[in-house]
Formats: sequence, structure tokens, C-alpha cells
Amino acid sequence: MNFDNWIPLLIVIIPLFVAVFIFALAEDKTKTRSVLNIGASLFSLSLVGFMLWGVSSGHHYEIRFSFLPGLDLVLRADSLSMLFVTLSSALWMLTTVYAIGYLEGSPYRSRFFGFFSLCVSATLGVALAGNLITFLLFYELLTLATYPLIVHRGTKKARKAGRVYLMYTLTGGALLLLGTVLLYSLTGTLEFVAGGFLSALDSAYHSLFVLVFILLVMGLGVKAAIVPLHGWLLQSMVAPAPVSSLLHAVAVVKAGAFGIIRVVYDIFGIEFSVTLGVTLPLAIIASITIIYASIRALFQDGLKARLAYSTVSQVSYIILGVAIAGPIAAVGGVVHLVHQGVTKITLFFCAGNFAETLGIHNISQMHGVGRRMPWTMTAFTIGALGMIGIPPLAGFISKWYLGLGALEAGQSWVLWVLAGSSLLNAAYFLPVLYVAWLKKPKGDWPAEQKLGKYETSLLLLVPPLITALFVVLLGLFASLSFSALAWTEFIISKEFLL
Amino acid sequence: MLLDSPHWITIVILLPILGGVACFLWRQHIVKLALATSIGTVASVGILSLQVIRNGVQRYEMGAWNAPLGIELYVDGLSLLMLLVTAIVGLATSIYAGAYFKGKKANLFWPLWLFLWSALNALFVSADIFNLYVTLELIGLSAVALVALSGGANAITAAMRYLLVSLLGSMLYLMGVALLYHSYGTADMALLSLRTEMTPTMWLIMGLMTVGLLLKTALFPLHFWLPSAHASAPVPVSALLSALVVKASFYILWRLWIVVFPLDNYAQANLGFILGTLGSLAVVWGGIQALRQTRLKLLVAYSTVMQIGYLFLAFPLANIIGWKATLYFILAHAIAKTAMFMAAGNILLYSGHDSINNLDRMAQRLPLSIAAFALSSISLMGLPPSGGFIAKWLLLEATIVSGQWWWGLVLITGGLLTGAYAFKVLGYAFTQEDSVNRPCLVSIPKRMEWMALSMAIFAIVLGFIAPFILEIMDIGSPFSGEVL
Repeated sequence: MNFDNWIPLLIVIIPLFVAVFIFALAEDKTKTRSVLNIGASLFSLSLVGFMLWGVSSGHHYEIRFSFLPGLDLVLRADSLSMLFVTLSSALWMLTTVYAIGYLEGSPYRSRFFGFFSLCVSATLGVALAGNLITFLLFYELLTLATYPLIVHRGTKKARKAGRVYLMYTLTGGALLLLGTVLLYSLTGTLEFVAGGFLSALDSAYHSLFVLVFILLVMGLGVKAAIVPLHGWLLQSMVAPAPVSSLLHAVAVVKAGAFGIIRVVYDIFGIEFSVTLGVTLPLAIIASITIIYASIRALFQDGLKARLAYSTVSQVSYIILGVAIAGPIAAVGGVVHLVHQGVTKITLFFCAGNFAETLGIHNISQMHGVGRRMPWTMTAFTIGALGMIGIPPLAGFISKWYLGLGALEAGQSWVLWVLAGSSLLNAAYFLPVLYVAWLKKPKGDWPAEQKLGKYETSLLLLVPPLITALFVVLLGLFASLSFSALAWTEFIISKEFLL
Repeated sequence: MLLDSPHWITIVILLPILGGVACFLWRQHIVKLALATSIGTVASVGILSLQVIRNGVQRYEMGAWNAPLGIELYVDGLSLLMLLVTAIVGLATSIYAGAYFKGKKANLFWPLWLFLWSALNALFVSADIFNLYVTLELIGLSAVALVALSGGANAITAAMRYLLVSLLGSMLYLMGVALLYHSYGTADMALLSLRTEMTPTMWLIMGLMTVGLLLKTALFPLHFWLPSAHASAPVPVSALLSALVVKASFYILWRLWIVVFPLDNYAQANLGFILGTLGSLAVVWGGIQALRQTRLKLLVAYSTVMQIGYLFLAFPLANIIGWKATLYFILAHAIAKTAMFMAAGNILLYSGHDSINNLDRMAQRLPLSIAAFALSSISLMGLPPSGGFIAKWLLLEATIVSGQWWWGLVLITGGLLTGAYAFKVLGYAFTQEDSVNRPCLVSIPKRMEWMALSMAIFAIVLGFIAPFILEIMDIGSPFSGEVL
């Protein structure tokens, strides 16, 4: 047997083992836990690097196990999954470092890091799933592994947030399951194939395929926080900052968006989706989400709440890019998976730093915070400008391709959506920057603590600086052959069978 | 060769009862004897499984008398899996009970439980309807005695009610047996299947037997006796009752429907629809009731009422996939529910109460038991990867293949309701309580925690070994001609 094919399994299993091991670890073994966490994520990252090299040179990694008669569990590394795997495992690494700093001295860390690793395992499984049943399995596992993180604080509010989260995600999971079973009964296969596999089937099934599409996209749309399925994301802000990063950037909403990409490209096939007439409604829903959430973001004083609405809006760029159904827009949408992730995690790291160091939770408390924490605020600024889409930051690249793609596909109305949303992004981010940099502090900070020699502890400071750097680099060097953009173009050329 | 001996079927039945007698006689070694018997029984079931898997259906005439007169034993894939699940649940419960029961109660528990195990095994290998009656009655009586074991007014009331229901159920069934024997001159199921035809008497027979068995299986609305009986029994007994005992009467009913009752398509569709509807109501009603409970053990008991409802979708979906799905449900539920009752029992024992709203940080204080509760919930919810998921997947497939998609909605609703009550418990287990009046806490033997967790993990593992188990189901399956 070829060892190479075991790598996808290894990548999923490593965090799983780490989780089990950490659960068993005594609470006070901080050092062992940190070494284990970081060691495992470094090892995974190197495996991912190896696979990345392999996939780009045309190698194929695939492993399957019999699950039910005629149905296998498949883990496969193709170009699309590698995009998500790379993103998740890199951000996993940074979030782990950040979480170690963030949770220093707080109770139940074994439990926290255990479930954290479990989440990562599930996310990597989602990314590497080679068919819909495997995807479903890890998607549900992700729901379950996230729950203890959301209720981690053990307050009534946390429990309520957990309940709302489950109400949404379990219902979404149920719809996804229904869609999957229906699809399997109609076609007898669930394998992801570049270009999709439904177009070859009898046209008598078309109305049922539309039903399958609706079920699948609704099921995935819950995690992708498409309006009106986004309520859980706002509730779950009670969770600690590293969990928010996980929800917003690394794992949960990404799993939903990634699933929609898979469904449209690798099950239905983009051309067949257009034939069925499901892409235009999807584009409209995504546009409504983008605009609606941006408007809601304007009225939030809570920093995390504003960021959360911003996530709802930004994730729908990905879906919009897919739904425009042209190759250039698709590049914009898919690459936004990475760009949004890196940018949003920067913002959440920074929000966590403000909360942890100074006790700041609201924008109205941020007066002059740029003087007290210049580095954090710089990272925040880069993130915010990236979100607005200022060139040459990462967000600009996504929007540029989305706009070009919309024109190419003859859907110029999308430009209005993009322009409107950029304006709104500016309207809800620029005031924050203004207040933080240019206003004078109002007096004492709500709850200041001295963490380390610098403005805050290094464990909290370095991760956002690194991700902010990536926001710049991903934009600046987008045209280089190893950038996320180049990789996405590689993916899209396969999906559109160019 | 010892392994090829045809006597293993008998050993599987006789060994537990002999062990039970031994336990009764030598009380000073009772736990050792009982555990040795349990292990021995599991080993014999294991050997029997090897035989069945290798050589197919096994038949055995006790005392070499032929079918119409003597006692014929019969093991096909269905029986074998029932024997196996009984063995697994039985062994786990024995190990758990070894730490749970002390002193006088132990002296009563072990003989009764081993007796029950014997009766269960005998039921699953019986080939004629009269034997089934005898074993069913034995199961009922020992189960009632086991419920009464925990003492206290609640348990005695529950046990009395259970006794009356159980006797009524068996009596109705026995009347059916008598009428069948009178009409067709045999009690053997295989022979009956050749002879029965749709006559007015047959309708009466079907009615009597079905109602009797539904009563014992506690299908909505005949479930009224179950929650109190299952919740007030000692923990190992609750596990046995929910996991195995209710399945025994269901097993008989299912066999009768498939093999003995001469249902034409019309009757099949309509009666199946009625039973399926009752099952669906059980799912919804049991789920809502479980959600409303404030005590953990009652919640788990209502969850059984609900899960039993799923099994009755087997009747409208009587095709090969539906058949396999139902059997998988039985296995998954038995294992998961054992784990869940054990976990609930540990919590009850640890904190002295099982009030759900006061689970105060239980996730931190009894992590293994809460993990067991969580993992078994995953299987009961039917989330992947777990035995419950395989069952749900197959059943959903059966609903779509047979064009009866509405049963699928029942499954989805049931899964969500289960999620609601399971996570209600888990949510409170993660929450820190405001008031700090903690009753004295009893430390739990590690063995009891690990047993709960092992069973829960096994419920998850059932999600990975489906191809193997589905193959066993094909051995002598009534649907073996159809293709999955």
C-alpha cells in the first residue's frame, strides 16, 4: 500500500488523537498541553505542505473505507480541498498560540483545548471529504465539537447561546441529511466529481434535483450564515475570543460556504446548475445577505457584534461568486474563502486583545485605544481596510474578480451590490478607526490589566500581526504562482473544464 | 470438534440459568460466580456466532424430537444479532452491577438477572409460538421482580402495574397461540407460515397477538406503564429493561408479521400504516414528554418510549432495507440506551439527585459519565458516525425507495427532538450554578464510569462496522431474495 494515500487520513486523525490525549491530561499540565498542541499543528502543517506540493504536481491522494454497501467514506486531497486545508491548518496553528495566551489561568483548559482540536479535526475532515456522506459526517461532528466551546463559560447566557446554535445547526444538518439521502436514492452515488455528475441524468428528475439543491443549500446555508439563517452567529458571541475566530474564520461558517462550493461545482456542476435555474436565486439571496448584514452592522455598538454582522455579509461574497456562474467571479468567490478567513481572524484577535487587556467590548469605549495598543490597532486597521477592499489588500483582489466576473457573465447588477456593500463596509469600519486613532482616551480603561512587557502579552500580539501581514501579502503578491489567487485559478480551471 | 458441536444453542440457554442457580446456592461467591457465568455465556454466544456466520442458519431439535412435537431451536441472522446484543449488553451490565449492588440486593439481583438472560436467549432461538409464550412469560416475571428490587413505594407501585400489564399482554398473546394451534394444528412458525390464510379467525388471532405484544412493547398509547417502571428500577435493571426486554416482545411481533401472518398487500399496507402511525405518534409524544421531564432517569425512560416508536416504521416499510434498518435500530438503541442509563445512574448516585436543572458543572466533575451520555445521545439522535446514523440512513432510504417519504419526516423530527432533550441535559451539565448548596457527593467506582463510556463508544463504533453487521442480517433473512 502506498503511504502517500494515508496522509489525508493522518491529517484528520492527528488533531483527533491530540484531543483525546488532552482530555486525559490534568488541568495544571499547561506546558505539556501547549507543546502537544503546537507540535501537532506544526506537524500537520508540514504534512499539508507536502501534500500541497504533491497536488500541484498532479499527484492524487485518496483513501477509502467501506461505510455501507455501495457507499464509502472517502478522504481525498484535490486542489479545492487543499485550499481549505491549508487555510484551516495555518489558522489553527495561530489560533492555538493565541488561545494559550488568552486562556492563561482560566479554568477547564483541558476541556477547551480538547474540543478545540476536535473542531479542527472535523474541519479538516470537511475539507478533505471526497463525497457527500463523508462531508456530512464531519459537518455534523463539527456542530457537536463546537457546542462545548460555545457554552464554555458555563453561564446562563452561554447555555442559551449554545441552545440557539444547536437549534439552527441541527436543523440544518437534518435538511442536509434529507437532501443527501434523496440524492443518493436518485443517483446511487455521492462522489464529488469536478464538473458535477448530475447533468448526465434523465431530465425527468430535474424538479427533484431542484428540491435536492434547495435542501442541501439550506442545510449548508445555516452554517454559512445566509440571511435569514444567521441568528446563531450573533448569539454565539458570548464564547471566548479564540472560539469566535474559530467560528468566523477557520471552521464553522467556512464549512458551510465550502459545502456550497462543493455542491454547486462537484455535485451539480456549474453549467447544470445554470440549466436548472438555481444560480440566480442563490445570487439574489447572497446579495440580500451582503447588504442586509452590512446595514445591521452599522447599528452595532458591540465590537464583536459588528464584526459578526460583517462576517455574515462577507461570507456571502463567496456564495455570490459561485452563484454568478462565470469563471472569473468564481475565482473571486473561492479566493475570498481564504482572504475573508485571514482578514476576519485578524479582526477577532484584535477584538479579543482589547477585551482581555483593557476590558473594552464596545466601540464607544475605544476612544484613543490606538495610543495605548498601537500594534494591535495597526493589525485591526489593516484587517478593516482589507474588509472594505482597499487596494492592494486581500479583500480588494476578491472584490475585483467578483466585479469583473459579474460583467463577464453579463450580470452588471452585481456591481451595485459590491459598490453598496463596500460603502457600507467603509461606513461601519472607518468610524472605529477614527475613534481609536484620533480621539483622546476618555479616562481609565474599563478593566485594564498589565500583560507582559509590551502592550499586551506576546502570545496575544503576535498572531494578529502575522495574520495582518498575510492580509497585505495575499493582496500584494496575488499574481505570484504560489498565492491563494493562483491556486484558486488552478481550481476553477478544472471546475469549469477550461 | 468442539467448535462444530450442535449443542452450543442449548448451552447458550442453559448456562445462565445454571449460573443463576449456583449464585443462589453459594452466596459467599456470588459476584465471582455471576461474572464467570456472564463471560461464559458471552463466549458461547461467540462460538455460536462463528458457526452461524460460517455455516448459515442453525437448527436444533432438543431431545431429537421432530418439529411438531419436540422443541425446535433455530438461529438465523436476526436471532443471532439479538443474541449478540443481549450478550454485549448483558456482560456490560454484569460488570456494572458488580460494583453497583451490595449485600442483600446483590443476592436477589444476580439469580434473577441470569434467569432473565436465559429466558431472553431462549426466546431469540425459539422456533415455535408456544415456546415463545413460555419464554415471554419468564422474561416478564423476572423483569417485574427486578423492578421491585429497588424497594420503596414508587418502585413497588410501578412493579405492580408492570406485572399486571405484562400478564395481560402475555394472556392476549396466549389466546392467539391457542387459536392458531386449534386452527392449524401446529405451533411451529415455519409450518404455520405454509398453512395460515386470511380468515375471520385469523383476523381475531392477529388482533389478539398484536395488541398483547404492543402492550408489552409499550407502543404509544400503551406505553403508560413504562416510564415509571424503567425510571424507578435500579440502574442496571433500567438498562436491561430498556435495551433488551421491550425488544423481546417486539421481536416476536415482527417475526409473526413477516413469517406467520398471511398478510396480502392490502392488509400489509393498511395495517402497516396504522402501526407506523402509532410509531410516529410515539416518536413525537415520547420526545415531547422527554423534553418536559425534570428528572434525568425519567427523561431517559421517555426516550425509550420514543425510540420504540421508530421500530414500528418497520411495518409500513416491510422491504429489505426497512428490515435491515429496523434491526440496526434495535442494536444501536440497545447499546446506546444501556450507556445512557448507566451514565444517568452514575450522576444520580454521585450527587444524590437527578434533577436536570441542578447538574451544576457535571461535565467537569463526572467527565466520563457525561461523555458517555453525550456519545450515546449522538447515536440516539442518529448523527454520524454512529449505529443510530446507519439505522436512520437506511430507514430514510427505505422511505424514499418505497415512495413513503412522509415517514422520513418522522425520523427527522425525532432526531431533532432527541437533540433537544439530550442537549438540554448537556447544557445544564456545562453550566455553573449560582447557589452553592451542594449535597454530599458520593464517589463513583471507576468501573461504573468506564462501563458507561465503553458502551457509548461501542454505540459510535457501530457506525463503522455496518458492512459486517448487514452481512449477518442476510443469513436466513426473509427478504434475502431482494437486492439492497
